[in-house]
Amino acid sequence: MKNIEEILSLLEKNAKLTAAEIAVMTDSPIAEVEKIIADLEAQHIILGYGALVNWEKTTASPVTALIEVRVTPQRGQGFDNIAQRIYRHSQVQSCYLMSGGFDLMVIIEDKSLKEVAMFVSEKIAPLESVISTQTHFILKKYKMNGTEFASKDEDNREAIVL
Amino acid sequence: MNLESFLSERAKAIPPSAIRRFFDMANELKGQVISLSIGEPDFVTPWGIREAGIFSLEQGNTHYSPNQGFIELREAITVYLKKRFKLSYQPKSEVIVTVGGSEAIDIAVRAVLNPGDEVIIPEPCFVAYKSCVLMSGGVPVTIATRAEDNFVLLPEQLKAAITPKTKLIMLGYPNNPTGAVMSREQLQAVVDVIKDLPILVMSDELYGELTYEPADHCSIAELDGMIDRTILIGGFSKAFAMTGWRIGYVCGPDTLLAAMNKIHQYIIMSSPTTAQEAAIEALRHSHDHVEPMRQEYNRRRRFVVHACNEMGLACFEPLGAFYAFPNISITGLSSNEFCERFLQEEKVAIVPGTAFGECGEGFVRISYASSMDNIREAMVRLKRFVERNRPK
Repeated sequence: MKNIEEILSLLEKNAKLTAAEIAVMTDSPIAEVEKIIADLEAQHIILGYGALVNWEKTTASPVTALIEVRVTPQRGQGFDNIAQRIYRHSQVQSCYLMSGGFDLMVIIEDKSLKEVAMFVSEKIAPLESVISTQTHFILKKYKMNGTEFASKDEDNREAIVL
Repeated sequence: MNLESFLSERAKAIPPSAIRRFFDMANELKGQVISLSIGEPDFVTPWGIREAGIFSLEQGNTHYSPNQGFIELREAITVYLKKRFKLSYQPKSEVIVTVGGSEAIDIAVRAVLNPGDEVIIPEPCFVAYKSCVLMSGGVPVTIATRAEDNFVLLPEQLKAAITPKTKLIMLGYPNNPTGAVMSREQLQAVVDVIKDLPILVMSDELYGELTYEPADHCSIAELDGMIDRTILIGGFSKAFAMTGWRIGYVCGPDTLLAAMNKIHQYIIMSSPTTAQEAAIEALRHSHDHVEPMRQEYNRRRRFVVHACNEMGLACFEPLGAFYAFPNISITGLSSNEFCERFLQEEKVAIVPGTAFGECGEGFVRISYASSMDNIREAMVRLKRFVERNRPK
């Protein structure tokens, strides 16, 4: 179990690690690591392998918005049904059920402010169970998934320290 | 005016570094090479500790502290030593906060050595031990520990080195540069040799928080009767990634500490106030940050040791610090040649074993206090270099 958690956190940090490298780093047989990873994929615990991208440095620079959505839960369905109707749109990057002042946190990525605004007004706000929405645009990303975007990579230590 | 003639015999007695040329080369290439030559963490001090330092400055705490260090810090140090090693020290009289472990080594040696006193130093070891002894007029008596013994000090080696002039043994485990750790049983065997002799032990335990399963650091001061004759040196540099703050400590019997404090107060006055406030935060609240760093070192350690052994550089399993110390003699090159050529041809800096004593010949120190990406690339280049230089 400890091994599984360690492998997950290693891959979460760097999906490029090979099973052979993980085997050496965790002092486990390579066959065991391969099996654990295959099992985790089969159980949909590992859902995919992605890169952490700082889009702001590219010409694409999509906009990201956090949308607070208040909804009326449905009998027998709770929030799941309405959440599904929202998160199935391909523009929705993430969708969470929240405690507190609103119910769903919907994170949307699209090409422009206008497209996000249109999406909210056309696809989310008119839904019957949606009571209200509030859209917040992300202006700058400082840190994501544990990685600081502005941090310098250079090693400014002395050349040799004995 | 011939300024050479003004130099003291003491200053002249310090031998120049065995790897000065390599030093110069590495400095020239700084920024263009992968450095696995650095004896300090690549991690930055955890933010909570840095923040405590910043807060201290904001509050205007820019004055001297008491000579021995803030009592809150000395108390936190004794609480830690009690919890970790069951060692009991009096914060008022048995702890001095020093400018890194380095100052602690210096004042310890100065406080106890008379000219001609012999000091036993197992090598390979941290470079300062021998020079500090020489500066105090002492006579270093080195013992060559061996790879086949996992670089621990053996009782028979110690017995053979002891003379009536022996006053002190300087132990540095977990070891820089070998990564060796001495177990409780191995330390006990050393203690058995000296228990009826008037000999002190200086134990440099800077890397004490960095050991890897199945090893666990044991302080020699824990062993029966040893707390009364051990000068224990600890610090924050390695465990908390605080090298640049320059803060460490020395603990020991009050008679010895009182003498050390006299030297400390005249040469240093007191350790940096900001660093002391940060160190209090480190001990009180930041132990949780040490474990993830240790685990990361452990993964890198396994990777480096595995890579070295795979390419034919025999490497004993280092269970402490953040160094691997593989044997490079299959290439037929000396340690110095190996490192100089590796630096020039493959642009990776590692340190010749001879920097840490003559018996380091045939070995190199690879520091894995560097990012996994750097380590991975360096091992690819090392393999290429070894293959090119392996006698056919």
